[in-house]
Amino acid sequence: MKEEQNLQRIHRRDFLKTGAVLGGGFALGAGMHSIAGAQSAVGQGEGSSPHVHPSPQGHSNHTNPHLLTTVGDIAFDGRQPLDPFHYLTAFNECEFPPHSDWYRESRLSSGQLLREYEIFAYDKEIEVAPGIYFPAWTYNGQVPGPTIRATEGDLIKIHFVNQGSHAHTMHFHGFHHANMDGVFEIIAPGKDFTYEFEADPVGLHPYHCHSIPLKRHIHKGLYGVYIVDPKEPRPPAHEMVMMMNGFDTNFDGDNEIYAVNSVAFHHMKNPIPVKLGELVRIFLVNILEFDLLNSFHVHAHFFDVFRTGTRLTPDEYTDTVHFVQGERAIVELRFRFPGQFMFHAHQSEFAELGWMAFFEVREET
Amino acid sequence: MSRLPTPVIVILPLALLAGLLASFYFYDPLEPLKAGFPPIEELTIQRLVLTPEGISAQVVNGGPEPVTIAQAQVDEAYWEHRVDPSRTLERLSHATVFIPYPWVEGEPHAVKLVTSTGLTFEKEIPVAVMTPTPSLGFVMIFAILGIYVGVLPVGLGLLWFPALRRTPDRWMDFFLFLTIGLLVFLGVDAVEEALEVTENIPGAYQGIGLLMIGLVGCFLLLTTLEKKVVGDRREISSALPLNLAYMVALGIGLHNLSEGLAIGAAYTLGNVALGTMLVTGFTLHNTTEGLAIVSPVARTDVSLRHLALLGAVGGVPTIFGAWIGGFVYSDVIALLFLAIGAGAIFQVACQIATHMSRRRGGISSLVNIHNFSGLLAGFLIMYATGLFVAM
Repeated sequence: MKEEQNLQRIHRRDFLKTGAVLGGGFALGAGMHSIAGAQSAVGQGEGSSPHVHPSPQGHSNHTNPHLLTTVGDIAFDGRQPLDPFHYLTAFNECEFPPHSDWYRESRLSSGQLLREYEIFAYDKEIEVAPGIYFPAWTYNGQVPGPTIRATEGDLIKIHFVNQGSHAHTMHFHGFHHANMDGVFEIIAPGKDFTYEFEADPVGLHPYHCHSIPLKRHIHKGLYGVYIVDPKEPRPPAHEMVMMMNGFDTNFDGDNEIYAVNSVAFHHMKNPIPVKLGELVRIFLVNILEFDLLNSFHVHAHFFDVFRTGTRLTPDEYTDTVHFVQGERAIVELRFRFPGQFMFHAHQSEFAELGWMAFFEVREET
Repeated sequence: MSRLPTPVIVILPLALLAGLLASFYFYDPLEPLKAGFPPIEELTIQRLVLTPEGISAQVVNGGPEPVTIAQAQVDEAYWEHRVDPSRTLERLSHATVFIPYPWVEGEPHAVKLVTSTGLTFEKEIPVAVMTPTPSLGFVMIFAILGIYVGVLPVGLGLLWFPALRRTPDRWMDFFLFLTIGLLVFLGVDAVEEALEVTENIPGAYQGIGLLMIGLVGCFLLLTTLEKKVVGDRREISSALPLNLAYMVALGIGLHNLSEGLAIGAAYTLGNVALGTMLVTGFTLHNTTEGLAIVSPVARTDVSLRHLALLGAVGGVPTIFGAWIGGFVYSDVIALLFLAIGAGAIFQVACQIATHMSRRRGGISSLVNIHNFSGLLAGFLIMYATGLFVAM
C-alpha cells in the first residue's frame, strides 16, 4: 500500500513538472496545473522530499547489504582459483592434488633445514566470480600460487618448470644472489630452472613472475606469498594468509573484480570464523595491478601493523591500513565482541566490486 | 536445361546450396582457422527501464555465438539481480536483467553486464527518471507534448494561408521553394539522426539496411500513391493543388511521427524534464511545417474543413509518436520511423518540385535567383529555429 502511495505521489510530481514544462496559456495545460497543485499539497503535508526516490522507507529491501554481491557461487569443479578457506591456512601446501607432493624438507649435514619445492607454471581458465571465467596463468594451477613458508636461515630450493605458453620466471622478494633474481634468467616454455637461496630476512614477502610485460604476467595470476618466520617464533595465533588481488577480465587496463584471495565476495557469503579474544594474525599482501593503492579495514576493532613483518614490534595501531602494489604487513588483532564484523578495502569502489568480507566472531569453537 | 520443368530449375540451385551448407556444417573445412578462445561476444543493452523497485535492462545478443550473462554491476558495484528467461542468450534472442538498485532521481547511472568470458557491456542513464508506464496520466502528458510540439505549431503555420493568398504571383514560387528548402533540411536532419541511432543497434539488425529499406520503401510507396491521387496530367484541375497539399501533409505527418517518438523517448531519458527550451524550440521549428502544407493551395479556395484536416494529418501523428517513444521505445523502432519520415519528406519535396516544373514547362525554368533564394531561405529558417532544438 505504502509503495503504491509513493508511486502515485511521484507521478503527480512528475505531472507538476511537465505542467511547468508546458507552461501556462494553454487551456489543457492550465487545467492540469490546478489538479497537480491540489494534489502536491497532499504530498507536502506528508513531508515528502521530491528527490528521494525510491524512498528507503517504501523500499526497505534496497538497503539490505546483501543486495551488494554477485549472484550464485563458484563451482568447485577444478576451475576454482583455489578454495578460499583452504588457502587461508595452506602453508607449504598446494591446492590441487597433482601437486600434493610438491614440498619436501630434509636436514643437511650442516644442520641447516633444506626446503625443496616443485612449481609448474601453466595456463588455466579459472572462475573468479560466479560464472565469470578468466584465462589465468598459474603457479601449480592456483591463483595466488601456493604459500611458501620457512624459518630464517633455512635453505630454499625451488625447481621451477614452465609448462605455460609464455616465458615466465619466479622473482622472490628477499635476499638472494643476482642470478637467482628471476629477472635475467627468463624461462622459456618447456624449460626449467632451480632457484636457491637462504630464507632471509624475517618477514612477509611476495613472489611473482618478472617476465615482461610485467602488468600482464602479474595480473594474469603469477604471484604468491613467501613467509620467513623468526628463529624465535611469534606467539601462537590463529594465522591466515590474505592476498589482495583483482582481475581485469576484459583486459581494458581496469579491474572488473577485486577480492581477497581471488574469489569476489566469497567471505561475505561465507564469513571466516574466529574465536572471541584469541590472537588473530593475518599475513596481508597487496599484489593488485592497475590501481595505485589498496587497503584493509576491519569494523569495530583495531589492530597492530607489523610493516613487511620484518620486526617484532608493531609500527602502528589502527583500523585501516593502505598498501601500494607489493607492499605488505602482518596484522594482529583480538576480537573484543562476538558477531559478524565486516572487513574490506576502504576504497568503496574496490569493496563494491568484490573486496568485501566478514569475520564471524564466536564465543567458542 | 530448357526441357526441365520450372519447379525443378527453381529448386535445383537451392538444393545445391543446401548441400554446400550441410557439407560445411559436417566437415568444417575452416577448422584449422578456428582459435582456441571464445569468439568476440556482442551484447546490446537496448533499453533501461526505471521503476520504484529498481532497474530493468532489456538485452539482445547481436553476435554470432551464444552469450552468457554472469554478473551485473550498477555504477561499479556488483548487484543482486535476476535474468529472464535465461542467462544464456542465443543469437538474436532477448533477455531482461532486473536489478533492485536504489537509483537516484535526476542523477546519472551506468549498468554494466559481465559475461562468462569476462567481457563487459555497458549502458548509461544520463538522467534517471521513472520510466513512464501507460497510465492515464502519462498518456495525457504525451498527448499534451504531441499537441504542443506537433498539432499546435502546424495549425499556427496554417494561419499564414490568408497572407499567402495575397502574395503576388512572382513571390509564390519563392514560397514553394522555401517549402522545399524546409523539407530537404528536415529530411537530411532525419537521416543524420537515423545514422546516429544505427550505432546503438546490434550489428545483426543491420541498421543501415533498415534505414535504406524504410527510406526508399516509403519514398516509392508515396510516389505510387501520388500518381493515384495527383496524377501526372499536364493540365491543372482544381482538385490538384489540394491533393498535393494532402500529400505534403501526409509526408510531414510521417516525419512528425518520428519527431514525436524522439520527444517521447527524450522524456523517458529525462531530457525533456531538463528544460522548456527543447519543447518551445520544437514548437518554433514546426510552425514552418504549416507553411509548407498550405503553400501548394495558395492559389485555390480551400474550405476551413480541409484546412483543419490538413493540419490534423500533418500534426496529430506527433501524439502517436510520443506515445510510442514514451512507452515502447526501442532503437530499432526509432530507426525505422526516422527512415520512413525521411523518405516521406524527400518524396514530398520532389513532388512539389516536379509539379512546379510541369506548370512552368520544364526543370530549366525553375533555375532562377528567386527560387534559389527561396530554397536557401528555407534552409536558413530551419537552421535558425533548429538552434533551439539541437542538443
